[in-house]
Amino acid sequence: MVHGRWQPFEWIVASRFLREGRLQSVFITVGVAIGVAVIVFMSALLQGLQANLVRRVLTAQPHIQVLPPKEFVRPQHDIDAAWHATRMQAPLQRLKSIDQWSSVLKLIRSMPQVKVASPAVTGAALGVRGGASRSLSLTAVDLALYQQIVNLQEKIVAGQARLESTELLMGMELASDLGLTIGDKLLVQSASGSSQYGVVAGILDLGNKGANQRNGFMALHSGQSLLGYPGGITGIDVTVHDVYAAELVAQRIQHLTGLQADSWIKTNAQFFSAISSQTMANTAIRFFVALSVAFGIASVLVVSVVQRSKEIGILRAMGISRGQVMRVFLLQGGLLGLGGALVGCVVGTIALHAWLSIAVTAEGTPLFQVTIEPTLYGLALGLATLTGLLAALAPALRAARLDPVVAIRG
Amino acid sequence: MNKAAAPPAASADWTADSGGLRGMPGLGGTPVVHLEGVCKSFNLGLPTEVEVLHGIDMHLMRDEFVAVMGPSGSGKSTLLNLVGLLDRPTQGRLQILGQETTALDDQALTRLRGRSIGFVFQYHHLMSAFSALENVMMPRVGLHGYPTAEIEAQAMRLIDSVGLSAWRDTPATRLSGGQQQRVAVARALIMQPALLLADEPTGNLDTQSADAVFDLFRQVNREHRTAVLLVTHNPALAKRCDRIIQVVDGRVQGD
Repeated sequence: MVHGRWQPFEWIVASRFLREGRLQSVFITVGVAIGVAVIVFMSALLQGLQANLVRRVLTAQPHIQVLPPKEFVRPQHDIDAAWHATRMQAPLQRLKSIDQWSSVLKLIRSMPQVKVASPAVTGAALGVRGGASRSLSLTAVDLALYQQIVNLQEKIVAGQARLESTELLMGMELASDLGLTIGDKLLVQSASGSSQYGVVAGILDLGNKGANQRNGFMALHSGQSLLGYPGGITGIDVTVHDVYAAELVAQRIQHLTGLQADSWIKTNAQFFSAISSQTMANTAIRFFVALSVAFGIASVLVVSVVQRSKEIGILRAMGISRGQVMRVFLLQGGLLGLGGALVGCVVGTIALHAWLSIAVTAEGTPLFQVTIEPTLYGLALGLATLTGLLAALAPALRAARLDPVVAIRG
Repeated sequence: MNKAAAPPAASADWTADSGGLRGMPGLGGTPVVHLEGVCKSFNLGLPTEVEVLHGIDMHLMRDEFVAVMGPSGSGKSTLLNLVGLLDRPTQGRLQILGQETTALDDQALTRLRGRSIGFVFQYHHLMSAFSALENVMMPRVGLHGYPTAEIEAQAMRLIDSVGLSAWRDTPATRLSGGQQQRVAVARALIMQPALLLADEPTGNLDTQSADAVFDLFRQVNREHRTAVLLVTHNPALAKRCDRIIQVVDGRVQGD
């Protein structure tokens, strides 16, 4: 205390109590540290794993796909609302262009959540070379824009990611089946019968065999004329800043434009459900770890109150208020939580790096990238301190309510 | 033993502001404690209710050094707890420095206790995590909020006055029983209380240490005009006080 000028009374007493019960303090700090280390380790690992999975899913598709609305049949009613027809036939879903797509594109781009919006024309076609032919799933895009959604450049295994005039990009299996190399020509026939020659500018590895067998890309203008949408588009590919907010943004687009907007969350419902389950499991683990930390701190402080009841009684007799006694014990709880969390953050980080150095691919690179966000440390420290304070509440109240006469008499 | 005058009939005459007991100029002190018809029961309203103190009338003037004696279980410690504002009377009036305390809330009682009353118990109850000097500083630091050079200097003077200069940085637990009790006395004095309450302060000490602690009380009483109320079983010590209050079965039988 002599060396603690300007330190508040409660701080001086709380820190001395902790220092005096050194063994208890060390044990509970280690307990808290283990809990926090588990939270930091698991949260960082799961965040990394989820980010990696989401990145893998989203590198091959837009976050939101905006399509023309589906056609549906309106049932006809009589005046008294009785069914006029007893059977309705589902309408054919003809491919059609998005009405007023230019203004729709402008509207979508004006939304603050939207990062990139790229127009596209998609359709089925046939690739014919000599006696061989293969069906094609053709996507016609403005490559400069589309590259910001799906990075074709990094999927190139031969040639260049370039779509000028009649140039084509295609999956490696498709190129192999048709015996195509860079610079070869391919006749592309649309379902409506129109056709045009394209030149292979690049061959892609799209990540799986199915995609490599059927996918082809061409320039937007070429696709529009080949697939029969002169000046029109069949869809708008959209990326957003927050991938987990994609469904909300999709609903907003649908509401504003009347078009169909499918988010990656909707089209990959099972995958997203798995991610959500993982997050829930992590939250449950965090909760139970925090609970065990809280009980650990509370038990230590309850014992401390019993051990120090005479000293508390004397403090009260000397004129120390109930509030001051309470703050002394709350502070101890907070300090144990914060101290344990600081150690836990360090231990968790070391454990994570150790794990990452063990879990590597055959080439020696990490299985996936894991970066610990500073917010995770802040969250762990804040949560542990708050848990410590809450855990100390019951012992602190008990200490503050001690009757000095009873406490001193023992 | 100097026997003091009996308490006045009207409590209005006992205010601190009045400068002493009106009509008794020879007393030369300021009234510090006044009890009038004070009763104390435990387990109130229960079948096990027991009245420990029955209508106590008592007063204590500034400068006075009074011993409270009586057999075990007679209510001495209960009386001390009431006077020390650690407990509340069930009935009657209790004034400290002229202030009626029975209607005060816990916060006000704590404040009055901290500023006006010093305690020395049979078991000194020093705080084991602190040194002798820090224990002495504790009440003032608690009330002030944080330690200051002035508080430290005052605590050093008190430690010196109880003859423990060489031990001021020694942890409280490493001091002998007599030394610890002297630290407790110094701690009780740091707020410069008007009233010092001591419950068997020499009960656990050898004769030499007991004499030293008693002499310390006497010195404080004379030099600072602090009223001392000392509960003791030791007749020899009691005889050295200004007067003796005998408590038997919860009643004052001799004053």
